[in-house]
Amino acid sequence: MPFDFGKEVDHVARLARLSLEEDEKERMAGQLSDILKTARRIQELDTTGIEPTSHVTERPAVLREDRVRPSLPLDKALRNAPRREKGFVKVPRITVSEQDQK
Amino acid sequence: MKYEVIIGLEIHLELLTASKLFCGCSTAFGREPNTNCCPVCLGLPGSLPVFNRRAIELAVTAALALNSEIRLWSRFDRKNYFYPDLPKAYQVSQYDQPLARGGYLEVDVAVGKRRINLERVHLEEEAGKLVHAGHSIIGSGYSLVDYNRAGIPLLEIVTAPEMHSGREARLFLEDLRTVLLYAGVSDCKMEEGSLRCDANISLRPEGSSILGTKAEVKNMNSFRSVELALDYEVQRQEKVLSGGGSVVQETCHWDEENKQTITLRGKEGSSDYRYFPEPDLLPLVLENTFVEDLGRSLPELPSERRERLREQYGLEKEEAFLLTANRELGDFFEKAAKAYPVYDNLFNWVQGDLLYQLRENDKKVEEIDPNLLAGLLQLLDEGSINRPVAKELLAEMVQSGADPKEMVRERGLERISGRDRLLPLVEQVIAENPEAVENYRQGKNKALAFLVGKVMAATKGRADPAELNRLLKEKI
Repeated sequence: MPFDFGKEVDHVARLARLSLEEDEKERMAGQLSDILKTARRIQELDTTGIEPTSHVTERPAVLREDRVRPSLPLDKALRNAPRREKGFVKVPRITVSEQDQK
Repeated sequence: MKYEVIIGLEIHLELLTASKLFCGCSTAFGREPNTNCCPVCLGLPGSLPVFNRRAIELAVTAALALNSEIRLWSRFDRKNYFYPDLPKAYQVSQYDQPLARGGYLEVDVAVGKRRINLERVHLEEEAGKLVHAGHSIIGSGYSLVDYNRAGIPLLEIVTAPEMHSGREARLFLEDLRTVLLYAGVSDCKMEEGSLRCDANISLRPEGSSILGTKAEVKNMNSFRSVELALDYEVQRQEKVLSGGGSVVQETCHWDEENKQTITLRGKEGSSDYRYFPEPDLLPLVLENTFVEDLGRSLPELPSERRERLREQYGLEKEEAFLLTANRELGDFFEKAAKAYPVYDNLFNWVQGDLLYQLRENDKKVEEIDPNLLAGLLQLLDEGSINRPVAKELLAEMVQSGADPKEMVRERGLERISGRDRLLPLVEQVIAENPEAVENYRQGKNKALAFLVGKVMAATKGRADPAELNRLLKEKI
């Protein structure tokens, strides 16, 4: 059964809270198909005996001491917020269907 | 049909660090909104996260306290979802390579001890906090976001689906909290949200080995509401199944006010989070010695303390349980016991009058100096004061923090005893109350009690009633 890219685009768009026009959906379905094709080609490589690799360096993470450092002033911290109110970032209503917590 | 209830819990707790998991912003609670934020925890381009050593130490300590197996190599992943509490649109968490696997907790349930197994323990970052403008999460006009909390180290503990009632889940959670408090990794305040619990709950016909469809319950903000919400959900699912219907996989929200669960949305599969390894963080690799050192410095845990209290002070099981479950009360007892080593009497006063006075005066045991109680009980044992006076002094000690020894000195509350001091008072009372004396002679025992009361009043309650009884009988 052929993979339905149109449906996949709808799904990903919903997860990303994006509303797409019909022509955008079509274009992205094509792009998504190309990306997956490339991934499939990479998967053809023979990886027998090679451990899954998530990071290219072998070094472990560095740890820092637990010391408090100054934070940004409020004005700077909220500079990119489209809307604010009383020091908070103001965001659109979260409806029941969009509710999506950890 | 009878159903078996299957419950698994997912617990989140904020670790007690000074700064956040990946940046130096303060973790202090109750600051002005968005004032504990920096480019790292706001997810601004170009910023890079760096692990907080203390957070790793606390996470390992918690896992060790829960008998979980530390994995020296673990990895962090991005959990992608779009919700305004996440400034980066992903949460840094651990997916298939968590910090620790397995583990268990022995829980005292109605039928004795039961071991609840854990699936995993992992570290992740806390999300920001949404303040809903409307009455609740549902029906808000808009939301306000405070990112002060975003990036605080958060420990996730996942249990196996091994609990069978709301009550069991509650007992497990209470015991888990005690262990984590003793381990010193979190302040575990459910009301402030530093300890949170979600539950997966499903029903299956008794005897079946296939798990039923589960519902996830969120927003349970106290131990009591965990029990209530799960009991409610059991009834709801039972009704659906008994009516021939099937449970839909869903997330529901516990509505504290109306005592019911409300469906939020169909549950998305975990693949929808599109986890992938966090490219900005290298794998976390721990040295064996790092873990061993933490294991050695692990504080005494509740089960160990219970055993020790029984051995060291000769306490009964329930007594040791009380002093362990209430850690501060246990600390108070142990400090007082150093100065006053009559352990059974000390315990009786702590469990009885002290707890009563703390409740009456709305005080915490941490506010009371254990040495004051020890001193008070010494006065009583030496016979310097009598029992009613001791009780009154204890009440005052709790109210004002005053030293019973000083109160006794200042107010002349020492017990009046001995023939020489009491006899004149006895004779005076006999002379002043001829009618009562006559009544007693005619066999009315009540009259004697009346006369004892008179002398007690004359001594302002400082004499020993038994001694007065003897002296009065002798003189009449």
